[in-house]
Amino acid sequence: MAEAVDYKIIGERPVRPDGVDKVTGRAQYGADLSLPNTLIGSVLRSPHAHARIKSIDVTAALSMQGVYAAITSEDFASPDGEVGGEAAGSASDLAKNVMATDKVLYHGHAVAAIAASTKEIADLALDAIVVEYDVLEPVLDIDEAMKDTAPLLDPDCYTQNLPEKAEKPSNIASVMQLSGGNLEEGFAAADIIVEGEYNIPMAHQGYIEPHACTATVNEAGQATVWCCTQGHFEFRSMTAALLGMNIADLKFIASEIGGGFGGKTVVYLEPVAVLLSKIAGRPVKMTMSREEVFRATGPTSGTHCKVKVGAKKDGTLTAASAWLAYEAGAFAGAPMGPGAMCIFAPYKLENFFVEAFDVLVNKPKVAAYRAPGAPQSAHAMEIALDDLARELEMDPIDLRLKNAVQEGDQATYGPKFPRIGFKECLEAAKNHPNYKTALEEGTGRGVSAGFWFNVGMQSSAEVHVNENGTVTLVEGNPDIGGSRASMCIMASETLGIEYESIRAMIGDTESTGFSNVTGGSRTTFATGMAVVQACEDIIAQCKARAAVTWGVDEDQVEWQDGQAIPAPGVNADVKPLSLADIASQAHKTGGPLLGRASLNAQGPGPSFAVNICDLKVDQETGKVDVTAFTAIQDAGKAIHPDYVEGQMQGGTSQGLGWALNEEYIFDANGVMENAGFLDYRIPVASDLPMIDCHIVEVPNPTHPFGVRGVGETPIVTPLAAAANAVRDATGVRINDLPLSPPKILEALDGND
Amino acid sequence: MSNKVQIQSSVNGEIVDFLCDPQETLLDVLRNRLSLTGTKEGCATGDCGACSVLLDGRLTCSCLVLGVEAVDKEITTIEGISEKDGLHPIQRKFLERAALQCGICTPGLIVATKALLEKHKDPDEETIRYWLAGNLCRCTGYDKIVRAVQDAAKELSYEA
Repeated sequence: MAEAVDYKIIGERPVRPDGVDKVTGRAQYGADLSLPNTLIGSVLRSPHAHARIKSIDVTAALSMQGVYAAITSEDFASPDGEVGGEAAGSASDLAKNVMATDKVLYHGHAVAAIAASTKEIADLALDAIVVEYDVLEPVLDIDEAMKDTAPLLDPDCYTQNLPEKAEKPSNIASVMQLSGGNLEEGFAAADIIVEGEYNIPMAHQGYIEPHACTATVNEAGQATVWCCTQGHFEFRSMTAALLGMNIADLKFIASEIGGGFGGKTVVYLEPVAVLLSKIAGRPVKMTMSREEVFRATGPTSGTHCKVKVGAKKDGTLTAASAWLAYEAGAFAGAPMGPGAMCIFAPYKLENFFVEAFDVLVNKPKVAAYRAPGAPQSAHAMEIALDDLARELEMDPIDLRLKNAVQEGDQATYGPKFPRIGFKECLEAAKNHPNYKTALEEGTGRGVSAGFWFNVGMQSSAEVHVNENGTVTLVEGNPDIGGSRASMCIMASETLGIEYESIRAMIGDTESTGFSNVTGGSRTTFATGMAVVQACEDIIAQCKARAAVTWGVDEDQVEWQDGQAIPAPGVNADVKPLSLADIASQAHKTGGPLLGRASLNAQGPGPSFAVNICDLKVDQETGKVDVTAFTAIQDAGKAIHPDYVEGQMQGGTSQGLGWALNEEYIFDANGVMENAGFLDYRIPVASDLPMIDCHIVEVPNPTHPFGVRGVGETPIVTPLAAAANAVRDATGVRINDLPLSPPKILEALDGND
Repeated sequence: MSNKVQIQSSVNGEIVDFLCDPQETLLDVLRNRLSLTGTKEGCATGDCGACSVLLDGRLTCSCLVLGVEAVDKEITTIEGISEKDGLHPIQRKFLERAALQCGICTPGLIVATKALLEKHKDPDEETIRYWLAGNLCRCTGYDKIVRAVQDAAKELSYEA
């Protein structure tokens, strides 16, 4: 178990430094900035899910009074290669997604844009753009899309990663395989085999703040962009690539961000706004409507999965195989890779085979969504394990404990596991009061487990010590869920000064070093590590300044509790020097104190989770009420437990929404029928119970305080936990999501 | 070509005059004409509650009200919640309970909580959850929000 370490502030729950501005309405989000003389930018979107663009004529629109610019894909560069960090993908596909070229590939695909003096004029101008389409048959079903006979989205798409080069184009953009041991022998050794087939529709991240930005380009071609983003440095790279601009001419300022969950890691509006502003010579502001957010931005993949699992009578897994098909939407890039790598990751498994497919369909291009790909594949495996436990008449936690991976085990996705806390999570679940409470009549209980890798990647941080010893931290990761508080806590612990003496700011692309996106559960881990190192840089400088002040050698000074003291045995009759003492005299000892660090963080440390879900199913209406939920997760070390719990509770809520209600519903023409919050119903307060959290702390040895990322794992588990609880409550197994009332009623009726 | 209407109303206790188009929503008036950007737009269809304000004391989605309808009305936005000597207890409890992550839904939720606690001094959990069901939060799962509201109710009832 975790070593007990005495920390002064790590593990406490102070108020976040940016809190007051966020409870008073002062905090500025993407749409809150207004520059003088600003034009409004608007996007014309395709009314067809699949069509060839024959022509686009913007002349009538451009001639309208109050219209200052009109653009189509012809105004963009034609980039090649890859662009972006965690969400890296083809620059050419990104460009075509931002503005369609020869074809539109989903309903809502951008085809042109306007800058006008008002929203009303912009909308009228959009109506005046004439687009001629040659409408094509849309490909909407993943199984149909994979067939040889399916219409092609991209006639130049040849399946990647096949053993032999594909001879003809396909909607299957790529395949991947993972295998180990001998599958046949593994299944032959099994006493029992369970298998199933599982379908999950597309779901949206559902951040409450629609995408928004303002861009202004001066006469020298230098652009400044304010936007809500998970990573302004990567938005800068993408915008530069799409417009053929020098990144030195692009300054990106991240506003406060109203949720992202992976969906704000790619550009949609920003290159458009820059281009419009460049042409118009005035600032251009763009905001998406909620409908545009649903139709044209980041859902995650709908999936079709098949899983087969074999085990001995005692529950020992002998073999498992999986077939995983992920919808990419209009362009390649479904998260089938992580889905394939995660599905069996929690379990010791010698014999396995996973085959995964990245499949083009005429739906929006998917974007990252919290542990991209993992919830869908974990749903399949965790249901199969639940079925297995039932057949073996074994406790589902015991079944998982019997097969759980631990330090040193070979992960099915390749490496040997470092120190991890999966068994600790399972044991915590087993001992949790929620698991021991008797269930009421009509209620069911489901259990599931999940895993996410987490990432490290690049971060920068600077520490400026003010002349009174207070500190300003500068880092480059937009604060999406309280990370300023975590950074200030880690700085406080390292420097030994009060939390309240530290302020954190998110620098723009010109005022701090490069940082990858706030994503991959990396910020507290990687940027936190950079902050700690920058503070250590300050401590080293303070020791040098104290040495100068005292006339001793640097190695004769130690840093303790926020002050420089003579090392033991050093014969110096001096008073300790606090950070404030040193800072106030800095002009005499070498100038201002500025610490910095930049790194490419390694060893993020996987995070495991276990869920217990209790729910009640109304037999007459099919409605599900979650009555109790416990989320258990290894956080390594919780820097600010409130925000760790917040991640666990938020991921749970999103996972339950996906499990019970949320889905993209398309008509036969590929038009999303529920593009609003009324019909795409995310959980509201009255849908949920309190979500109990149990933080397990098995420190990650690569982080100075033991941190593992926690943001993504929480959504991996609730889908199967809810599905398994519905099975427990009703006696009927439903393999598809969402477990909405019609689906449950249908299953209950079929069971009569 | 302009057919703008001149409107006078009271916003956060101050008489304000503004011109607005007949089709312009109160939300757009607040944000674009009065620069009160604390009120957020999440959907513009009355489904998310990010634009919640009090209209003559009643909890309202400002995206569903026209600017011209605000004539002679009293409007309270998030900018009018703080008290002279600092944060309102609801705001303080949201901070102490870490009842926000990204913070975009927070102004609307605080306004909605104010309306709730003016009507129900000691609401039970179910009442809180149903009162706040019109305010979507995607980050928190509502747990810490409900606890913040419970704490605020307790503190306000001690003050009363």
